[in-house]
Amino acid sequence: MANSYFTEIQELPPDPLFGLKARYSKDTRTDKVDLGIGAYRDNNGKPWVLPAVQQAEAKLAKTPGYNHEYLGIAGYEPFVSSAAKIILNGDNKDVLERTVSVQTLSGTGSLHLAGLFLKKFYKGSNALYLSLPTWANHNQVFASIGFDVKSYPYWDNDTKSLDLNGFLNAIALAPPKSVFLLHACAHNPTGLDPTKEEWSKILEAMSKYDHLPLFDSAYQGFASGSLENDRFAIEAATSASSPIKSSPIIICQSFAKNCGMYGERVGALHIVLPKDLVDLKPAIKSQLNKIIRCEISNPPAYGAKVVALILEDKALYKQWTEDLQVMANRIKSMRVKLRDLLTNKYKTPGNWDHIVDQTGMFSFTGLNKDMVERLERNHGVYLVSSGRASVAGLNDSNVERVAQAIDEVVRFQSKL
Amino acid sequence: MQPRMGVRGLSASARVARWNEIPLAPPDKILGIAEAFKEDSNPKKINLGVGAYRNNEGKPIIFPSVKNAERSLLETEVEKEYTGINGSKPFQSIVQNFIFNNSNKDAAGAKLIGGNRIVTAQTISGTGSLRVIADFLVRFNSAKKIYVPKPTWANHIAVFTDAGLDAEFYAYYDNNANDLDFANLTKSLEDADPESVVLLHACCHNPTGMDLTPEQWEVVLEIIQQKKLYPLIDMAYQGFASGNPYKDIGLIRRINQLVVEGKIPSYSLCQSFAKNMGLYGERTGSISIVTESPEQSKAIDSQLKKLIRPMYSSPPIHGSKIVETIFSNPELLESWLGDLDQVVGRLNTVRDKLYQKLDKTNYNWDHLTKQRGMFVYTGLSKEQMIALREKYSVYATEDGRFSISGINDSNVDYLANAINEVVRDFK
Repeated sequence: MANSYFTEIQELPPDPLFGLKARYSKDTRTDKVDLGIGAYRDNNGKPWVLPAVQQAEAKLAKTPGYNHEYLGIAGYEPFVSSAAKIILNGDNKDVLERTVSVQTLSGTGSLHLAGLFLKKFYKGSNALYLSLPTWANHNQVFASIGFDVKSYPYWDNDTKSLDLNGFLNAIALAPPKSVFLLHACAHNPTGLDPTKEEWSKILEAMSKYDHLPLFDSAYQGFASGSLENDRFAIEAATSASSPIKSSPIIICQSFAKNCGMYGERVGALHIVLPKDLVDLKPAIKSQLNKIIRCEISNPPAYGAKVVALILEDKALYKQWTEDLQVMANRIKSMRVKLRDLLTNKYKTPGNWDHIVDQTGMFSFTGLNKDMVERLERNHGVYLVSSGRASVAGLNDSNVERVAQAIDEVVRFQSKL
Repeated sequence: MQPRMGVRGLSASARVARWNEIPLAPPDKILGIAEAFKEDSNPKKINLGVGAYRNNEGKPIIFPSVKNAERSLLETEVEKEYTGINGSKPFQSIVQNFIFNNSNKDAAGAKLIGGNRIVTAQTISGTGSLRVIADFLVRFNSAKKIYVPKPTWANHIAVFTDAGLDAEFYAYYDNNANDLDFANLTKSLEDADPESVVLLHACCHNPTGMDLTPEQWEVVLEIIQQKKLYPLIDMAYQGFASGNPYKDIGLIRRINQLVVEGKIPSYSLCQSFAKNMGLYGERTGSISIVTESPEQSKAIDSQLKKLIRPMYSSPPIHGSKIVETIFSNPELLESWLGDLDQVVGRLNTVRDKLYQKLDKTNYNWDHLTKQRGMFVYTGLSKEQMIALREKYSVYATEDGRFSISGINDSNVDYLANAINEVVRDFK
């Protein structure tokens, strides 16, 4: 064999979420349950293409001029501008005029692009704060770009509620002009969002120490079932009455979950500028384009065209808001069922009300690593090791089994 | 009275504290042409800039096979789930079997596939695959230099440099002779730093349209072995040289043999269906790394995933589902091969037509007949290209490259005349 070109290349363990998916696929037990990856399932445990999406796809295929041409580097303009209106409130012209938007490869692509842009041009602190806990990939997205990734307290495991004081304290102690990643709604993985009053304290503190808020909006519509309610924090941060006056505000938006467009990779990056920086819009746009051109040339067209149709067409939009209700309501009913089974039927030790109090796709069950392992090994119930369960994986036919399994692992461990 | 601090003054200092200078980046050369073209009101304007196919009416097309595949997808698709980080498994096998195994006609490639020595990941079309391999090579290749042909696709250098590779040219084309400069090509590769990466265009070299003959490839592959250069093959135009995608992969088949013989340990292939299936905007392509061992394959596969996960998590599915639909249905596959053959046929026809109408008294146009693919590399100077744009509303990159699918029966006379005029004016 000729000499190797490569320096030593180590084999890495699989990504936790995708690794879980792979183990689940290999499992031959017929009654296995996937509560791992955050994708919606209907009551039959099947993936669900939203009726709004199906209708939009049928309409798109018949649209004169439909083609597969390259989009511009910044993406499909009708999508990008409609996406901005949905997340920023389209009635607020002042905010829209201060915003630079581009299409991205869903949420991850948006976070990555935001990170690259900040790394290159933001002169504030290199420290970037993530909630503890947070989505597993956040850390890698920003660490791989060279940020000094730190965390702020968020979830109090004892009270299973928000650690607001810890959070505010971290904001005060962070170097000025740090970047804070905030989950816009349906916090991943805890499903616990700040109240309106708590948001207002958080934003006040952010402003006082001049930090840059970077919102990750992956679940708009999943917390409350309403797109408007779920953009509350973003509106509070960007509106004229926001305490944040001098820092730009960055929003990473994904349509993976709320349109069920997971694999189509539909998302956007919005940079909302303070009034005195609005003249930088063309320069910022041009620099974003330059970064995109060097990584992917231009973003994928199909998903963006489908979502643009849904956002622009009144009937499709109405259908979509109904679809969102269907998803949000089914998940809520499963939360109630699981809690009731644990509390009333199995009388499982502990308090399980947090399952119902949490919002979005996930429940942060409070089950520890050993319990999660036992759930997978002995019961074929798969969730990530943090104890996060995708509630969308529950349905009428498996919720009882899952409750029974949770009861068993909790009792098993209390005996040890 | 206290002097009031102007809002302007305040904001200027706040700005300096918060941001590095953000200059206006120049518009991308190729995509910038499309913008300028849009704004031109001349009804006779011609866009020969972007490399996307146009039919004889000057319109974009969807390949009929693609249209059928999409129709069936619309009826049968029941999920839009995430694929794996490195894309859809069926898509990966299609790429491997189609290109490396030449659909069961390449024994060496079959051996590499069977021996688990090819790692394939679905990527964001060609650019995405170039980016992923560049990021990978920066981390793991012993040398950080990459040699690219002069000239090459404008974005190659931007992608490689941005990833942290050090891009340098090797000689490729003689602008005076309008021909391949093979003597200097071999010389500059012989002078290359050992173990560096060398970018090779598999076919339809972009922008010149001039490819190496099998004999010339043999010489280059010999130098690659001597200098232990790492071959990185970019294949954006498979099928556009001959009209048949199975015939345009001679370089890959030969290099597979050399790998099996142990003469070249590893190489990589960037590939896309952007052009040959007309899936441009759907971003459908792949990176394949031919590895030194099955164990190394596992390690490389895991490292590619580590690179991709924080960039975009997983690639888009619509285009890859179209490819899967076409390859899983023999009739659709046959129909796609026919569609591609027709597209390439029209390009060859317009190339000939243009050649016929060009005035050869002031300029030798014979190179046109030798070039292959979507482009003709005219050899016209920057001044001539500017004159074409300003006087005749003919838009193309200033390096003299024409995307010939923008030529059709209704504009070929106007175009030939414009070219003849600027050649005469700048003689």
